[in-house]
Amino acid sequence: MSLERKLRVLIAKPGLDGHDRGAKIVARKYRDAGFEVIYIGLHQTPEQIVNAAIQEDVDLVGLSCLSGAHMYLFTEVVKQLREKGAIDITVIGGGIIPREDIPRLKEVGIKEVFLPGTPLEEIIKWTKENVKPLR
Amino acid sequence: MNLVNKILKGDVLAAARLIRGIEDEVSDAVEELESVYLHTGRAYIVGVTGAPGVGKSTLLGSLINIFRKKNMTVGVVALDPTSPFTGGAILGDRVRMQSYGVDKDVFIRSLAARGWKGGLSKATVNTIHVMDAMGKDIIFVEAVGSGQGEVDIARVADTSIIILIPGMGDEIQMMKAGILEVADIFVINKADREGADNLRTGLEVMLEMKTHLPDEWKPGIILTEAVSDIGTEQLVEEILRHREFLASSGELEKRRRERAKLELTMAVESSLKNYIERMDKDYLEKLVDDLVHRKTNPRSAASKIINSSGDR
Repeated sequence: MSLERKLRVLIAKPGLDGHDRGAKIVARKYRDAGFEVIYIGLHQTPEQIVNAAIQEDVDLVGLSCLSGAHMYLFTEVVKQLREKGAIDITVIGGGIIPREDIPRLKEVGIKEVFLPGTPLEEIIKWTKENVKPLR
Repeated sequence: MNLVNKILKGDVLAAARLIRGIEDEVSDAVEELESVYLHTGRAYIVGVTGAPGVGKSTLLGSLINIFRKKNMTVGVVALDPTSPFTGGAILGDRVRMQSYGVDKDVFIRSLAARGWKGGLSKATVNTIHVMDAMGKDIIFVEAVGSGQGEVDIARVADTSIIILIPGMGDEIQMMKAGILEVADIFVINKADREGADNLRTGLEVMLEMKTHLPDEWKPGIILTEAVSDIGTEQLVEEILRHREFLASSGELEKRRRERAKLELTMAVESSLKNYIERMDKDYLEKLVDDLVHRKTNPRSAASKIINSSGDR
């Protein structure tokens, strides 16, 4: 007998950002939408994020970056997830990211980027349409 | 799936996937678990409970550090409540243990309670089994204590630790049923706060009032300041002392036998529940009709179902 599968999301902030208010708001929104959110917060290295994503068997990783280092950090996370065999985890990003960078981010494997001002409902709707429980 | 062999070799990806399958009750996973169970029984299991905010995760972080220095591999099952309104959960215990995020010998898994009362669930027990089969030397189970929660954790743990902090009206907490009986070790965290000594004295008095047979384990009370790593070495020593006591007194075997019996009962209940969901609907409705019209009673009707379940 199979239960309805719950989606598991990891929310993390790679790099040196000083605050995580936005990430926490998104985390709470996901919880209120019925997701299980593993929140690991500030100052995470790509390696810590990837290990957590694998140990927690999440369906989605949400990365937040405010300091401008998103190109490097987000790329690293996707790269390491693939190297470790977790090829089917969806990765999305948010934070202070110039629009011009979004196409490049998508090229390296970030499925979608949600900029400041995006209604939270939109993020949830996108997630429900694009992320399914793995297996 | 055939993840069992990978898990026995310590493959994290495989273990994590199986745990997820178990949580979601995917039938492949439930079957894999049958093989996994045969490879369990080696790990030492420590339950850690306490009200939100007492410092469970922070303290666990320190304990992991000390056990790693002793070259022991560690598993952590961190439980958090599921919202009864939304079905979602924030699993935030891992935050405080992330420095072990890249230690390949530490496996931390967060579980949402998903409607199980008392902080414990089938998924919890089975996650412990997976980590055990992976070869983890010591597995911590961390859960919010809610009175009921402490008692449940004690049934799956070899050593049960309850964490209190000064100033939370804990004398009343302590008097609640089950808490005094189940704790093997009491920890007073944030011991730098006012009231720590009073709390310790209060605990000591309550423990004195409880009759202790000469061979029985007398729970220790350890004062800690987890954020500063104070008292944590003593806590580890106390855990090891308890383990030694259980092993040499035969208690360990007794407790593990009880645990096996409990799991068996849980599996029977679960199996019957599943059977009712899947049984011939017409037959079920007929039995309900008979009850409504008082042609039979619930117990006899239940007997019929149980007997027919054997014919599957």
